[in-house]
Parts: sequence; C-alpha cells; structure tokens
Amino acid sequence: MVRSAIRGLEETPASGLVRTLRSVARLASDPGELGRAMRRQPTMSAGITILAIMVLISITGPLLLPSEGRIGVLYPPNKIHMDDRLEAPGSQFLFGSDDFGRDVFSRTLDGGRVSMFIGAAVAVLAMAFGSILGSIAGYFRPIDAVLMRIMDGLMSIPTLLLAIALMMLLEAGVWTVIAAIVIVDTPNMTRIARAQVLSLREQVFVEAAKGIGAGWMRVLGRHVMPNLIAPVIVMGTLVAAQAMLVEAYLSFLGAGVPSHSQATWGNVMAEGRTFIHKAMWMIFFPGLFLAVTVISVNLMGDGLRDILDPKLRRRL
Amino acid sequence: MLPYIVRRLLASLPVVAVVLLIVFFVVRLVPGDPATLIAGHEATQEEYQKIKKSLGLDKSVGVQFREWSTGLIRGDFGDSIRSGRSVLSLISRRLEPSLSLMLTTEFIVICVAIPLGVTAAWKANSTLDRGVMVFAAVGYSVPVFWLGFILIWIFGLWAFGRDDPILPVARYVRFFDNPWEFIRHLILPAFCLGLISIAAVTRMTRASVLELLREDYVRTARAKGLGEMVVLVRHALRNAGLPIMTIVGLSLAGLFSGAVVTENVFAIPGVGRLAAEAIQTRDYPIIQGLIILFAAAYVYINLLIDILYAYLDPRIRY
Repeated sequence: MVRSAIRGLEETPASGLVRTLRSVARLASDPGELGRAMRRQPTMSAGITILAIMVLISITGPLLLPSEGRIGVLYPPNKIHMDDRLEAPGSQFLFGSDDFGRDVFSRTLDGGRVSMFIGAAVAVLAMAFGSILGSIAGYFRPIDAVLMRIMDGLMSIPTLLLAIALMMLLEAGVWTVIAAIVIVDTPNMTRIARAQVLSLREQVFVEAAKGIGAGWMRVLGRHVMPNLIAPVIVMGTLVAAQAMLVEAYLSFLGAGVPSHSQATWGNVMAEGRTFIHKAMWMIFFPGLFLAVTVISVNLMGDGLRDILDPKLRRRL
Repeated sequence: MLPYIVRRLLASLPVVAVVLLIVFFVVRLVPGDPATLIAGHEATQEEYQKIKKSLGLDKSVGVQFREWSTGLIRGDFGDSIRSGRSVLSLISRRLEPSLSLMLTTEFIVICVAIPLGVTAAWKANSTLDRGVMVFAAVGYSVPVFWLGFILIWIFGLWAFGRDDPILPVARYVRFFDNPWEFIRHLILPAFCLGLISIAAVTRMTRASVLELLREDYVRTARAKGLGEMVVLVRHALRNAGLPIMTIVGLSLAGLFSGAVVTENVFAIPGVGRLAAEAIQTRDYPIIQGLIILFAAAYVYINLLIDILYAYLDPRIRY
C-alpha cells in the first residue's frame, strides 16, 4: 500500500505547472524551437505579436505623454482646448479632437493603459477566485451543492445587467468596475475549475497523497491546483477579452469609469456617441484599438487552448 | 416524458430562487450606503429617506425579506423611484421592440451561422474554412456598439453616395403599422447584435459536423453513392443538431446583454433603452426588475431546450 502510494506520488511532478514551465523554458532557450512552435500555431503567433505591440504602446505611450504643453503630436490626455473643438484628424491632432478639444490620440493611448489593466486585473482575480472556489466545490461535496447553485444563479443573470446593477450601488471608479466584472466572470471560471477537480480527485496521485496522510490543504494546494492551471489560463484569456468589452459597454451606458477623471477606450467612445455625425473619429480610433486588442487576446486564447487542453476545444 | 419535464421544472426552482436571493442581498451587502449613491450627493434628507424607503432599506432585514418575497409572489416588482410607476408596467410597455429585435436576430443567426459552419466543416482546412474561422474570431471580438456606429456611419451618413439611405439606421416601426418598414428597421441592429452569436454558433456547428464527418455511417452514405448535399444535411447536420441547439440557447444570455447596448445605438425604444434611462436617473428598482425577468427567461428557455433535447434524443431521459 505504502509503496504504491509512493509510486503514485512520483507521478505527480508532471503536473500542469511544471510541464508548462518546462516547455516555456525550452522555447526560450532555443530560437529554432520557438520558430517551429510559432509556425505550428500561426494564428496564435499573430495574436501574441499584435498583443505584445498593443501592450507596448499602452505602457510606453502614456509615459511619453506630457503633463503640460505639447510634444510633437502628443498632448496631455485631459487638457482642454476650447478653441479646437471637434477638429478632424490631421497634423495637429493625429486622431482628431473631442468636444472639449482634448486630443483623441493621447486619450486613446492613455485609455488603453486603463482598459488593458482592467482586462488583466479581472482575468487574474477571476482566475484566482475561480480556482479556489472551484477546488473547494469539487473537493468538498456538501459545499458543492450550495456553492454551485449560487454560481448557477449568477450565471443566469445577463452579465451586463448584473455589472450595471453593481455599478449603480458602488462609487464609480476603476477598481469598482474591476470588482463588478470579476463578480460577473467568476462563476464560469469556478465551473471550469470544478469540473477539472472532480476528475482529478479520482486520480491515483491524489489518493496516494491522501494515503500517506497529507491534509486537505496540502492535497489541494500541491496536487490538485497545479493541474488546474491549463484550463484556467485558457478561460482567463477569454475573460480578459470579455472584460475589456464589458468595460466599454458599461462606459457607453454611463455606468463605467467617469471620463473626467480618467480616459478609457470605453468612455472616450461613449462621449463620441452624440457627435457621430460630426466627429466619427472619436468612436472609430479607440474602438479600433479595442477591437484589435480583443481579437489578439482571443486568438492567443484559441492557440493556448489547442496546446494546453485539446479536450476543451469542443466545450467552448 | 412527463416525469422528466416535472423533474426538470422542479430542478429549475432553486436556480430562480437563488437569483432572487442574489438580487435581494446585493443591495444589502455592498459596502457603503446605496441609498446615498442613488439619491446623489445634492439630495435633501427628505429625498434620501424616500429613496431608502422605496428600496426597502428602512426596516429590519427579516421584515424586508418578507415584504419583498410576498410582493414578488403577487407580481409586485416594486416601483420606480423617479416616476413612482410600477416596474412591471414600465417594463411590459417596452417589451415588444426588444422581443422583435431578439427574434429577428436569432433568425439571422441560425440562417447565417449553420450553413457557414457546415460549409467550413465540409471544406475543412481549406482557404474557405480558414476564412470562415477568421471571420468567426473577429466577429467574436468586435465591440457591438463600435460596429453599430460604423454601420450607422456607412448606411446613414455616407450612404453609398445616395440621398436616401438603403437601410434606416435608427428608430423602430411596429409590425402592425408597416410590416415592410418593420423589417427594414431591424436588419442593421439585428446583424450588429447577432455577430457574436453568429461567430459562436458557426464555430460550434463546424466542430460538431467535422467530428461526425469522420463517422463510419457517413462513409457508408458516401460509398452507396449519396450526393454530398444529402450526406451533409441529412446525415451529418441532423446529428449535430443537438449541440448546436444548446449553444444557441446558451448564447441567449449574451444576446440579452448585447440587446441592451444595441438598442441604445440604434435608438430602439425597448427594455435596453429603459435600462440606460434607469442608469441616467439612478433608478435601481428598474434594473432589479429587468434582472429578475431576464434571468427567469434565460432559465426557462434553456429548460425548454433541454426538454426538446430529451424529446429528440430519448437516450437523454435517464
């Protein structure tokens, strides 16, 4: 019994985390391998490349923006120029100016930082809460019934309406938008994690760990949760993409981050809706950036899913 | 069949009950005082008390819960804070345009996505297939209202250089007033709203049909000389019907969310407009009522699909 238990334990090192880290290390150390991997997944490579460019723009762009005056085509994102309202895109304002004469190009750069931050933060938090709740639900059967009914209930509420309701009850700001979208996205993540835990808990290495007397904290933390990483990361990319869209929808409906304090892609577009006839650029450019970013994240997620978890391909 | 339906109906009750509990407790559990936020900072003490009362926050939680749940059983979803009218009557007056939009959208989704998915699976790994899949990936990612405004700009303002737009870009015409205009006014919003579902259903159709095309009976059908059309539609698509139905049902949740945005882009006076108006006036009970109605609709439509599923495939009725 003990020997088979130990043999069971020896099989654990090939857990999801270690495997993923190993393949990443192999890719990074060998450029030829990297090139082959990118050719195997052309759409994912395209997605990662575009996303890398967008992230680079959103991190470096706002750093270059001046706080006073102008540098070339860059203006302070919240600076009002009442004499230059609704200027068309040109050499003065690269993407045109809005109804307060603020530079849409600078606001798009600055907004991208916040929109992407919201996407990333929501994904990370939903992944964390989802894996924890999913592990608990999958591992402790009595809790499962109650927890999953709550998740079912949350999932049957249309995401946008729930997010709207939460935003009406909270003071509007970046972190409350993040909190609202995390609450909306956690149930799906929990369901994915739970399904994985349900099959993992029957595996020999989990039995073995329990057999040699590991407590539930150790079994969950060391043996179960590392194996959740693949499906949870795949779902996380979808959540990140979705979160950026929901942020934009909330702003558009007037329940997002207030535009006077901080530009986001969503609220720059939201302000443009009244000027669609006169100033199409207020919506076009931030929306283009948002669409391209979301597409690249989704392409990356599709590729990751094919690599990490071929079984998921049919479920999504 | 009947025991199955009864069992499923009973199983749906806890989900609806949980939705109601979530809606009830969300107002009471959020940090801070929701009544202050809804009243606004410049509200007088009197207005504040009135809002606190209409949210039901002025009594103990036990009493609140009893009043709220008995109200729901009588069909009382509370009253609007601003106009004082009952939430249910406000919503029901706005339901027709939303239903028309969603039904038209679902029709377009099914008519576009299923042929697209079957074709992609049939010509798997061809350029056509890749093109369809890229379209699906893009369709899944484009912000609904951005697409909407671009359509408005193309059809309404630039209008292909014509004086009268080919398709109207705003407002809603009732079916009984003018059926032709009714359809013309819904085409752009429905396409815009449906794009995400088209992408999802196309992918699901392609995946299911692709799997079935590898089955022995498909090879047999081909071997005995049946045409490709017959093999695809009668043998493959028919068996792929169930998973496709499921994804159509699940995509309804996204459709409800998307409708809220789309109606505001195309100025359709449905419940989505009502939701946006409620956000502007911070009229929380309206949002609360919409959540309950939409969640219940979602649960029961999916229940209906499950029952249909069991009817079509008797193996399900375990």
